Amino acid sequence: MTLHRGLSGTVVHNRVALLMAVAAVAGALLPFLGFAPNRLLSGRPVPLWAAVQTVADIGALLPGLVLLGTPFLRPTRAALGLTVVAGALLAAALVWLAGEQAARLAAGASPAARTSFASGFWVMAAAGLLAAVDGARRMGLGTAGRLAVGGSVAALVAALLASGHLDHLSLLKEYANRRDVFADAVLRHVLLVAAALVPTLLVGVPLGVAAHRRAAIGRAVFPVLNVVQTVPSIALFGLLMAPLAALGALLPGAGISGVGPLPAVIALTLYSLLPIVRNTAVGLEGVPAGVREAARGMGLTPGQIFLRVDLPLALPVFLSGLRVTLVQAVGLAAVAALIGAGGLGAIMFQGLFANALDLVLLGAVPVILLAVAADALLSIGIAAAARGAGGRTAHHAPNQPPSQPPNQPGDVQARSAQ
Amino acid sequence: MTGMAGMSPRDWLTDRLMLGMVALVALVLGMPSLKPLFAALYPGLDRPLYEADSFVRLTLDHMALVGGSSLAAILIGTGAGIAVTRPWGREFRGLLETVATMGQTFPPVAVLALAVPVIGFGPEPALIALTLYALLPVVENTVAGLEGVAPAVLDAARGLGMGPAEVLFRVELPLAAPVILAGVRTAVIINVGTAAIASTVGAKTLGLPIIVGLNGSNQAYVIQGALIVAALAVVIDAGFDRLAGWLTRWSNA
Repeated sequence: MTLHRGLSGTVVHNRVALLMAVAAVAGALLPFLGFAPNRLLSGRPVPLWAAVQTVADIGALLPGLVLLGTPFLRPTRAALGLTVVAGALLAAALVWLAGEQAARLAAGASPAARTSFASGFWVMAAAGLLAAVDGARRMGLGTAGRLAVGGSVAALVAALLASGHLDHLSLLKEYANRRDVFADAVLRHVLLVAAALVPTLLVGVPLGVAAHRRAAIGRAVFPVLNVVQTVPSIALFGLLMAPLAALGALLPGAGISGVGPLPAVIALTLYSLLPIVRNTAVGLEGVPAGVREAARGMGLTPGQIFLRVDLPLALPVFLSGLRVTLVQAVGLAAVAALIGAGGLGAIMFQGLFANALDLVLLGAVPVILLAVAADALLSIGIAAAARGAGGRTAHHAPNQPPSQPPNQPGDVQARSAQ
Repeated sequence: MTGMAGMSPRDWLTDRLMLGMVALVALVLGMPSLKPLFAALYPGLDRPLYEADSFVRLTLDHMALVGGSSLAAILIGTGAGIAVTRPWGREFRGLLETVATMGQTFPPVAVLALAVPVIGFGPEPALIALTLYALLPVVENTVAGLEGVAPAVLDAARGLGMGPAEVLFRVELPLAAPVILAGVRTAVIINVGTAAIASTVGAKTLGLPIIVGLNGSNQAYVIQGALIVAALAVVIDAGFDRLAGWLTRWSNA
């Protein structure tokens, strides 16, 4: 009877939350942590119930218990808000509990012993975060609201990191061993992306403007950029090596080499051009002709029209191209470590080649965080620019909202190089 | 839809797909005979040709990894996309779309690397990571394609007495096919590149000569692997171009 009512939706009000609750329960039955005598051996599993030893530990699981109840609540704003808070807190609390248990395990073991996250941790944390994401979406939270939720989880975890509570986890031990290398790698990674961004913008924006003004230029440029985008990054890095090495041999004093940051920046620039050129052109094409007419009628010069009409109206579309470029470049810069460009990819591949799994995490997780941060920052910028552009078009031509870029094949494809 | 037999020699020379395929086959089969060339280009190298595995074997393994993961992603991804656009699955649509969008901000190489701590070394983590990553564009485009079918068309189909399955297979999927194919294309092209990097997690693919060459400062190995994998990617992309052209003509017919 209950099952029947559940299926018909009278008992279960939120089936997504139900799925996440089931996933969280399944995660609770999987190994929570792994405990190994040293970094190269695989560990024995530590179940969740073995990690819950004090009243505080039980308290840490409270958000999880609340989450189990949320599928049965009527979907009011308060209930959805509770889902968001419970899901987000569960993820942060699991990190706290992992640090707590790692410290207890470390107390009776050799300094070489390692405690790592295991599948149960990942499943439960993912269930909590997804429940929060879905709750936020159902509440109709905008970009700012969703970023606030994500930001609070990040801030909680950052506070745990800063307090030293997580220091006995294997990931943090790898970090402690490489504190300086890690800081350099993050900086190097950001610099690689930034170094590619400068030539990309200097070449890409004028090229996009030209492609918008003369269709023939677009017809010549886009097929070439599309083929470049198709070539796998590791192949492009490899193919740039030989000519650059030859050039370096010809000009011994110029410091040109087939390995290192130079081929990485060249390849990153080649990949970054397509989204920038395309979105510059598409953004300009979306500026309503009526608005330009009106500006001309008001006596603005072509230069003024470009700066005060075209630029702000094309900005949201341009920024979404920049977002694709940045997210893609963060990933490509990680691959560039294979040709000696350094960055976080170097830590990641060092871990892969040495079979040191927590070292892999130490490289890969910050790469993901950098990409997500770039995406979040740009989406704030896009929202702000769209409001600005919307205001302008609404003022001049109320019936023509700024056009969005074609979001389907082209946009997705712009992320395809890897 | 002109077959190969209907093409004049001139068409052959301007056809990107045909040229690419000829170049790919020539590179894969003919690489060993280029050994003297690489020996002349790199006189300092003891082994100017990658011979630990045959390029035919590596290419086939590479294609099997890409094909297997893409096929799994297409089956699961379109299934999930169809499920969340039905009345009984609509509740999950927002979550699925959010996951597909957010997931694509994760760099594929990081996803590949993270598969190792979870699953271990070898072809399996590569296959699973590639499948998971390929799911995202397939799901995103399946949902977008199905949602893009005009409600009036669906009403007309129902008015003709079609049942839900008939509407799905005879109206919705054919109309959404070009958008779904664009997602599959994105997924496959990403996978060709990620499969090459998968050599670092223990899968034998065309990335292997590149990785071995980079680690051992053997530029000839790097060029041999890079040329073939680049040709493979260009050929597959050109193939999708052809397929998309056919599909658009077919769904407009």
